Amino acid sequence: MIKRTFLALAVALGLAVIAAGCTDPRNHSQAVYVLVDTSGTYAREAGKAQLIINYLLGTLQPGDSLAVARVQSRSFSEKDIIAKVIFDQRPTQANAQKRAFRAKTDAYFRTVQGSAYTDITGGLIQGAEFLNETGAGRKTILIFSDMQEELDKVTVRSFPISLKNIRVIAVNVTKLNTDNIDPRRYLGRLEAWQKRVERAGASEWKIINDLDRLDAIFTKS
Amino acid sequence: MTDMRNWMIWPDNTALSVLILVLIAMIGLYAARAPMHGVIRAAGYALASALRLASRWLFAAAAQMKERNKAVLLAQGRREVGQRIEREFERVGVLVTRDLQGYPVLQRKLLEAITRIEEDYKKCGEVPPPPPDWVEAVAAVAEIKTGGGEVVQKILDEIRQSVDRIHDKALGEYRRAYEERHDILESAQPFWRSIERTLKQVDKKMSDLADNAATVDAQMKKYRQIAAKSDEAESILATSAFTQFNIAAIVLTVALGGAFINFKLIALPMSEMVGAGDYLTASLRTSEVAALVIILVEASMGLFLMEALRITHLFPRISNLNDRARRRMVWISLVLLVTLATVEAALALMRDVLIADKQALLQSLSAAAPAATSDSWVGRIPMAGQMVLGFILPFALAFVAIPLESFIHSARNIGGSLFADLIRVLGFVLRVLGNLVRHIARALLHFYDLLVVLPLLVEHLVRSLRGGAAVRPRSHPRSLDSTGELKP
Repeated sequence: MIKRTFLALAVALGLAVIAAGCTDPRNHSQAVYVLVDTSGTYAREAGKAQLIINYLLGTLQPGDSLAVARVQSRSFSEKDIIAKVIFDQRPTQANAQKRAFRAKTDAYFRTVQGSAYTDITGGLIQGAEFLNETGAGRKTILIFSDMQEELDKVTVRSFPISLKNIRVIAVNVTKLNTDNIDPRRYLGRLEAWQKRVERAGASEWKIINDLDRLDAIFTKS
Repeated sequence: MTDMRNWMIWPDNTALSVLILVLIAMIGLYAARAPMHGVIRAAGYALASALRLASRWLFAAAAQMKERNKAVLLAQGRREVGQRIEREFERVGVLVTRDLQGYPVLQRKLLEAITRIEEDYKKCGEVPPPPPDWVEAVAAVAEIKTGGGEVVQKILDEIRQSVDRIHDKALGEYRRAYEERHDILESAQPFWRSIERTLKQVDKKMSDLADNAATVDAQMKKYRQIAAKSDEAESILATSAFTQFNIAAIVLTVALGGAFINFKLIALPMSEMVGAGDYLTASLRTSEVAALVIILVEASMGLFLMEALRITHLFPRISNLNDRARRRMVWISLVLLVTLATVEAALALMRDVLIADKQALLQSLSAAAPAATSDSWVGRIPMAGQMVLGFILPFALAFVAIPLESFIHSARNIGGSLFADLIRVLGFVLRVLGNLVRHIARALLHFYDLLVVLPLLVEHLVRSLRGGAAVRPRSHPRSLDSTGELKP
């Protein structure tokens, strides 16, 4: 009797654990959208973007998504996505995809050309669209830029955008010559972006300027 | 403060107001003294009685549980000792069948050897034929006087020569006869030795039998003690159960360590089979659960194998199967176990491949130069070790069934004993609480009387004036006795 009770308890416990596990409806995959600024003088920094992409390729797991897009004069376009991938569930296949992804981005950054204007907002809208389509549990936009937005007269970006439940991280935000003259311009620019991003419903805003601390991309502040 | 002043009869004279209020309260309390005493007594009695009743019930339950534990312990002990005696009898039976079935042959061998020795002995006992009658004739001739005659002398010489010849011949025959006897005795030597050897064998077998009989005797003594339900037997069995529990717990912990290593070996490669991106909970991947399930299935197969081999007895239905079905079950469990072990070995290999692939990818992503990899046999040792471990650990886990059975059996006794002790402690606590409630009720009665001490003194005075000593004061409240009843 005791033995039967013990076994029944063990089975019930196992089933309870499995049932409890099966009822977790959350999606645990991650999706990262990297915006690389290729406008003006910042195009020279594009080589560093490859470091970040390599870090992401080494860190992301099977089932996660990654896309790299450029920021140009007008960036709200699928054509600006340099490479995108949803990693296979099998680790070996995922590794092969990572190698191919790296080769593709590497080839692009070797021949990158600067653009006249910088449409960060368009890139953000495009990124949010991509990330929402992936349905990932954790969505992140990495902006590799000096965060100086410059639009032509025709382009319209002065409207509220939606970045709900998306983490926005600005990486390698370099100082412009004018920032060196008056640092308040730099600080004010970042503050303005923070306000705009938070107003858009982003879950987090972070700045990472030290490329040796890229692990902070996935840690919550 | 304003509220307080509302209660004052004379707000300007607080002391007087308070005094009057106290007196009024005292009178009120005095008037309610009898019913209040009743309420306190009844409440105290009810609570103390309930606690005492619960305490008694718990003590009785603990005693019943102890009896039940004892019965279970003795039943388990009886079963174990019974099985041991059965095995000893089987061993003795095998010994008797093996040794004593050859006993007639041994006996015949001994008898033959003895008969042969007897015959040889008889042969040795035959004496040579006595000297012929002519010896007396020779003696008579020897007494003849020669008288110096040559003829007589010659005859006598011839007779002597003939006698000497005959003597030599007889002596030779006698010696030959003795030589023959010696040969017979020499040829009997191996038979003596054979008898000695045979007797030694018999002696050894008899002492083995005696040893087994002594073991059976010891076990029977233990069995009789258990059957008699003696305290000594219970104490021995309880100690044995505790030891078994500890040993089984240690072995199970070691087995858990093995299972953990096994899990680590196959968790990563399982992601290649079931996918690495599926999660059951925030921190639990489907691949990890799949690896865990494989290990549990291996342990289950091991359990069934042990059950089918009748090494463990957790499932009576399996051990009660007929021999044919049981043999089938043994083979099925074994084949599944081997298959799973092979799968694990392959997964261990896959793990090595995956790690190497990941390392290569990370190296290609980093700017650092790739580390030199060793293709020698030394570099392959970890991979081979992983594969061997992956193959062996399932079989090692199969033996977990044995300590698991001991653990379950001994846990019943240890757990039951601890539970009975816990109930006894609870019963004691309730008993203490019951007594505490009884004393608190008594103290409350005294305290109530303290509040109305002035009216009581007046009552006492009035009663004294009216009836003298005939009237007993009721200043001392009645209390509850040790049984919870009211003391007069």
